[in-house]
Amino acid sequence: MATDTKIDRKTLTEYLLRLGDTSLILGHRLSEWCGHGPVLEEDIALSNIALDLIGQARLIYDYAGQVEGEGRDEDALAFTRDVTDWRNLLLVEQPNGDFAVTMARQFLIDCLNVELFAALSKSSDAQLAAIAAKSLKEVTYHRRHSGEWVIRLGDGTDESHNRIQQAFDHLWIFVEELFEEDAVDAAIIQAGIGPSVKSLRPAWDTMVDRVFAEAGLTRPTSDFPRSGGHKGEHSEYLGYILAELQFMQRAYPGMTW
Amino acid sequence: MTRVTALDDHRPSPAEAAIWHLLEEVPDPEVPALTVLDLGVVRMVSVGDRGQVSLDVTPTYSGCPATAAINMAIRDRLLQAGYEDVQIKTVLSPAWTSDWISAAGKEKLRAYGIAPPVGTAAGEGAGRGILFGADPNVPCPHCGSVQTQRVSEFGSTACKAQYRCTDCLEPFEYFKCI
Repeated sequence: MATDTKIDRKTLTEYLLRLGDTSLILGHRLSEWCGHGPVLEEDIALSNIALDLIGQARLIYDYAGQVEGEGRDEDALAFTRDVTDWRNLLLVEQPNGDFAVTMARQFLIDCLNVELFAALSKSSDAQLAAIAAKSLKEVTYHRRHSGEWVIRLGDGTDESHNRIQQAFDHLWIFVEELFEEDAVDAAIIQAGIGPSVKSLRPAWDTMVDRVFAEAGLTRPTSDFPRSGGHKGEHSEYLGYILAELQFMQRAYPGMTW
Repeated sequence: MTRVTALDDHRPSPAEAAIWHLLEEVPDPEVPALTVLDLGVVRMVSVGDRGQVSLDVTPTYSGCPATAAINMAIRDRLLQAGYEDVQIKTVLSPAWTSDWISAAGKEKLRAYGIAPPVGTAAGEGAGRGILFGADPNVPCPHCGSVQTQRVSEFGSTACKAQYRCTDCLEPFEYFKCI
């Protein structure tokens, strides 16, 4: 439960859905690799990371349902909301592409997650702080994995270098959205519940630049940054993800097995 | 009702000691060499006036599928022993750390063929999770050699990584230090 009433339920629920949706959609994307990994170890690694992210999403949804107070549990939030009700970042709904695209996407979000969960572990909201402290251990490990792959691919063969560079070039239009703030963020910052994501940017830049330098990669620029995930304005891909993710509960509402 | 936690050194009441004793017989479903007590996931046990049992259990990883199985195994063991009113609460804070694996548990892991966490999450093992952090030497649980290589950061369960020994050439799992 929220530790105090410095913030209204609706705003806190909205904020929690942003966090939970980003974790769940990324976890779902990674789960698509299960059985398709380039080598067995990576197949297992991507499934493990997916499991951590989906676990984090469950904890966040469970709490969001309590805060909202309208009787929605984690399953209702995951399986019965339509595209425009989803609040995830656009980056995480982008297709897996080749292994380089998946690792580039993962590294960009892992670098944010480490800073974000570190800050949230000091949240004035006790339950969110507990979830974040737990998640921080996991995302730190994720960043180590994706960071090492970015270096390995960037500093590898011409082919691997070109592919990871192209992957970052392709995904860079979604980077600005990671650091966008709106009225919900303002209220969250005001209540001491979460950090200003803009304030996390220097630490994110430092880590990304350090890994890029090690990998011999060029930092892309983007003339046309995309955003809208927090307002429910998504790319065409999210609908297809939800069609797969939600099929069973849509076809057989309330089913259990 | 007295609260006895695994974090402090309160002496448990006889009724609570009986529960802790039963928990020594509950194996972890994914690493059966360890009991749930060796793993350090049971954080608090209390027994009420009418014999009702409350436990605080903390998950190892957010998405660990064994969490539900652990709770079920604990409940089963206590029901078998005649405790009918068992409440298990999942607590997230403080977050589980591999530092809570008991010394006996670490030895059991090694004997089972899984290298236990090297160092402590709060101290020398912390570098494991940090990009550009130092890699500790993980001794082979089979031959004891430190000539080992990491094969993958992730293994058959969320809590383990894959290694191999370049001396005895055996592959082995390493229980991650988090």
